Amino acid sequence: MTQVLEIDGLTKGFSLHHLEKDIAAFKDISFSVAAGEFVLLKGANGAGKSTLLRTLYRSYLPLAGEIRFHSSHGLIDLARAADVDVAHLRRTEISFVTQFLTARPRVSAEAIVTEPLRLAGWDPAAALDAARTALERFGVKPDLWAAYPTTFSGGEQQKVNLARALILPQKLLMLDEPTASLDANARAALVARLQELKDQGTAMIGVFHHPDDVLHLIDRIVDLTPEYTQTGGRDDVVL
Amino acid sequence: MTLTLNAPRIVETRPLLEVHGVSKSYGSVQAVRNVSAHAYPGEVLGIVGESGSGKSTLLRMMNLEEIPEAGSYTLDLPDVSGNLFELDRFARRMLCATKIGIVYQNPHLGLLMKHSSSGNVAERLLVAGERSFATLRQAATEALDASEFPLDRLDAPPIELSGGMQQRVQLAKAIALEPALLLLDEPTTGLDVSVQALVLDTLKRLQQDRQITMVIVSHDLGVIRTLADRVMVMRRGAVVETGLADQIFQDPQHPYTQQLVHAKL
Repeated sequence: MTQVLEIDGLTKGFSLHHLEKDIAAFKDISFSVAAGEFVLLKGANGAGKSTLLRTLYRSYLPLAGEIRFHSSHGLIDLARAADVDVAHLRRTEISFVTQFLTARPRVSAEAIVTEPLRLAGWDPAAALDAARTALERFGVKPDLWAAYPTTFSGGEQQKVNLARALILPQKLLMLDEPTASLDANARAALVARLQELKDQGTAMIGVFHHPDDVLHLIDRIVDLTPEYTQTGGRDDVVL
Repeated sequence: MTLTLNAPRIVETRPLLEVHGVSKSYGSVQAVRNVSAHAYPGEVLGIVGESGSGKSTLLRMMNLEEIPEAGSYTLDLPDVSGNLFELDRFARRMLCATKIGIVYQNPHLGLLMKHSSSGNVAERLLVAGERSFATLRQAATEALDASEFPLDRLDAPPIELSGGMQQRVQLAKAIALEPALLLLDEPTTGLDVSVQALVLDTLKRLQQDRQITMVIVSHDLGVIRTLADRVMVMRRGAVVETGLADQIFQDPQHPYTQQLVHAKL
C-alpha cells in the first residue's frame, strides 16, 4: 500500500499563559494512513480527536513528533514545514472538513464552493458548473445557489461547507464530525462522495459522533483514549 | 516549547516583498525595532497589534513614505533592484506610483477630496506618465468599476461621498496601475458593519481575481481573519509572533497574542 501519512510520536499541549498552566492534549501518538484508506479516530470527549486533526492540518503547532506527508513534491514533515509550504499543500493536497462553515458576508453559496477550484487555477465558468453540480448533489436547492449562506440554517450551511470541502479530490482528507446537523439525504450524499474519493485514492482520517453513518468506509480505528492508544479493525466500532 | 519550522521546501518562488531589520525612532520613542517581514506573491500578510505597536509605521515604510534608520527593503520584480530605502525621491515616487498601491484609514490622506472621483484615480496614471485623456478616463472607469464604485457617480468629488464609497475610490486609485503590492492601513475601520462587509468582499474578490500581494494592517482581528493567509503580531515596535492565520487565532503561542485573541468579541 502507498503510504500517504506517517505520524510518529506526535505530542500536543497548550500553554495558557494567563493561568500559567500547561494543558496536555495527547502524547506520543503514532500511526499511518495509506492511499484510499479510511481511519476512524475514537475516544471519549476530550481525548484529543479534534485536536489531533487540527494539529495534522497545522492549525495547532505540535510540541514534538513528526507528521511525514508523502506530498507530490516528496516527503515533508508537516510538524516543521514552513507556513508557506503548509498553505500551498492546503490549496493542493490536504483538505479539512469541519462542522462549521466559515461563511463570509455577501459571498454566495456557489461562489464559496467555487473558491477551491479557482485557487487551483480552474477557469471561472467551469468552476461554477462544477460548484453547482456539487451543491445539487448535497441537496441545496437551486434557488439558494446565488444566496448568501450567512442566513442559511445550520444544515444548509453544512451542505455548502461539504460541497466546497469535497469538490477537489485531495491526497489527504480530514473530517471532523461532518455529519452533525445533516439530514438523511445529505448524509447519504456525503457517504457516496467519500466512497468516490476513497476509490480515487484519497487517504482519510475522520472523527464521527455516529460512526455507523460511515461504517462500511472504515478500514481501521485509532483509539486516542490515554493508555489505550492502539489500532484495530472495523469490528471494534461500538454502535 | 514548539518545534522550529524549516525553510520553505515546496514553494520555490522568492518572497515578493522582503523587509529586513528595520528600525525607526521618533525622538526618544522607538516606533519600530529590528523588524523583518516578507510576503510571497499572491499572499495576504496581516499585521495586528494595538495602537502604538508600530504596525502603521511599518506599512508606511513599505510605501516608502518613511525611511528607517536601519534595515533594507526589496521587491522581487522585474526592473526593481537593490535596497529601496536608498532610492532618491524621484525614483521612490515613480516606484510607488507604478508598483505599489495604498489605501489609508483616513481617505483625506489618499484623496483630493474636492476633485472628481475619476480624476483622483486618473492622477495616479498621470504620475506614471499617461497623457491621453481617453486612456486616462477609460482606465479610471475600469478601476472604479473593479472596486464596485457606482459608475453614475464618476464625477462626484469624494467629499460628497459616504465613507464606504471614499474607500472604494482609494482602492480604485490603488489598483489602477495593477500594482504588484497593495498596502491597506485599517481599510475598514470606522465604517458601518454592512459597508465594512462590502469593502472586505471587494478586497477578497480582487485578491482572487488578480492575485495581488497584500499587506493589511488592522487592529480588527475579524478583518485580518477574513483576509490574511499569514499573520504577524506586533507589540511595542517588535514582532512577537508570526504564523498561519488560523494557527495564530486558534493556537496563539505568545502571551500577548493569547491576550489579544481572547479579547476578541
